[in-house]
Amino acid sequence: MLVGHQPKDFLLAVSGLTVSFDGFKAVNDLSFYVEENEIRVIIGPNGAGKTTVLDLICGKTRATSGSIQFRGQELTKLRENEIVQAGVGRKFQTPSVFEDLTVFENLEISFPRGRTVFGSLTFQRDDTVKQRVEEVAEMIFLKDRLNTYADQLSHGQKQWLEIGMLLIQDPDLLMLDEPVAGMSVSERAKTAELLNRIIKDRSVLVIEHDMKFVEDIAHKVTVLHQGQILSEGTMEHVKNDPKVIEVYLGH
Amino acid sequence: MINSRFFNRSELLGFLALAVLLLVILPLSLDIFRLNLVAKYLTYAFVGIGLVLCWGYGGILSLGQGVFFGLGGYCMAMYLKLEASSVANTKIQSTPGIPDFMDWNQLTSLPFFWKPFHSFPITLLAILLVPAFFALIIGAAMFKRRVGGVYFAIITQAIAAILTILIVGQQGYTGGINGITDLRTLHGWDIRTDHAKFILYFVEVVLLFGCIVAAQFIRLTKLGRILVAMREQEDRVRFSGYSVANFKIFAFCAAAVFAAIGGAMFTLEVGFMSPSFVGIVPSIEMVIYTAVGGRMSIFGAVWGALLVNFAKTSLSESFPQLWLFGLGALFIAVVLAFPNGLSGIWADHVQPRIDRLLASRKSKSAAGMIADGAPAE
Repeated sequence: MLVGHQPKDFLLAVSGLTVSFDGFKAVNDLSFYVEENEIRVIIGPNGAGKTTVLDLICGKTRATSGSIQFRGQELTKLRENEIVQAGVGRKFQTPSVFEDLTVFENLEISFPRGRTVFGSLTFQRDDTVKQRVEEVAEMIFLKDRLNTYADQLSHGQKQWLEIGMLLIQDPDLLMLDEPVAGMSVSERAKTAELLNRIIKDRSVLVIEHDMKFVEDIAHKVTVLHQGQILSEGTMEHVKNDPKVIEVYLGH
Repeated sequence: MINSRFFNRSELLGFLALAVLLLVILPLSLDIFRLNLVAKYLTYAFVGIGLVLCWGYGGILSLGQGVFFGLGGYCMAMYLKLEASSVANTKIQSTPGIPDFMDWNQLTSLPFFWKPFHSFPITLLAILLVPAFFALIIGAAMFKRRVGGVYFAIITQAIAAILTILIVGQQGYTGGINGITDLRTLHGWDIRTDHAKFILYFVEVVLLFGCIVAAQFIRLTKLGRILVAMREQEDRVRFSGYSVANFKIFAFCAAAVFAAIGGAMFTLEVGFMSPSFVGIVPSIEMVIYTAVGGRMSIFGAVWGALLVNFAKTSLSESFPQLWLFGLGALFIAVVLAFPNGLSGIWADHVQPRIDRLLASRKSKSAAGMIADGAPAE
């Protein structure tokens, strides 16, 4: 047993991450670290590279150089589905749910079992699955809509459903891209309540423009500008940083 | 495990209606020539069932199903041809014991890839495995590289063209443009008699129902729902931890196997196999049958194959020039006006009317009983 100072184990360690599209560096030599159970919010003006950072972590976009370590595992070499299986969940900006399937079926597909071709052929809808689906459906306020086709849901309900689909995966790192965008005031409040409940026991990486919402949930804020970190720290620190005020908060 | 959950009420009715039509009405009412034509139409229903899974559910449009239909058909034809080319039957050839077209093309021994087709069990396995393997290679090459949609459709089309050219060009090995003809016996049983055609028809219908049940099984598993999910939101499936490519490969291979069973039955029913059932035109026609029947409905695919082919036979007998235009117009009309084909029309317009009629008759008879104390019927 080691006593005293141990090197701190980060859940996610991004270092020197760069991606260039035809010479344009959307993310440029970016490094940041997320701890276990930390809620990190990424803010920044349009085109700062926020969504690209999430795309890089979840494997949707391939990095030009740099490394992304998740629990010591190098994510840049894994395929999307392997990254999910490693414990990273991603919610997209526009709700992406399966509209031709019911709420139950949407959640069931995300249940982490039978993810291979033959696993899914022999998958049984047993009590564990049903219980877990109902549990999550209750959390996302859709308990009485389990048999509704997802195309019948409102925009806000689709967003919740997608959050539910991530919850049922039980990821260690949850990445949310503008989870309250386009929501009504009451939906927004409910979502904040939902997020506050689900962020326990896991780390969360959120992109959000709603500063009130950010202040409510963030442990730490990273401000991106032109693919680089402009400022990082607590909300208080970032809000008073003159550079941040100039490019982002000042308007 | 066929219970009320495996087929819902209207699917069960569809299954029974089809069974009564194919097993009772048609065999009793048609002469053997017409029944054999129905058998030929039904071979395309196998392809249609595969396309429902692959295209309707999975959203993978293959314009090259003729390739798999042909591979299945050729596997069967090679076995039958070898049986028909016994030394006794071919003693006038310069090399007795090999198929006649090989002799005409100066081949003096049987090519190595023909040799396994002396065995009936190996032939049966080959009918299923050769197309599945071929589909696996195409699928792996395409889907792992994320080639999809229109690009995939065009590539399958090209493969159909390539295979046709290959078969036509390698006359000595494949029988060329004429195909493999003059097939006589299956494991010693003469397939050319009316009696054999009658039996083969029933064998085919039983196989067809087997394939319907298999497709329904796949549709009802989680895999069936993942196919639908993939068609809509490929990325969401990927980011739910599934390898999208593997699921597409599975759907494509399954469709290939269904098509191959149809092709093998075609060879038996019609008595020959030729490249004209492999290429671009038959492949597209197979997609049209499925589209007309309804690409989301397994039963629709069977009806589509039956009805379009029936129309094709009757119309091309009377108006040979007009038929192709008619087929094209039918496809355009279906795609524009009824994207879910006949089964969609049935589900949206006919079924509700029947339900309403039944419901109103029920309530009327109930009212009648109260009014005059006697049942209405």
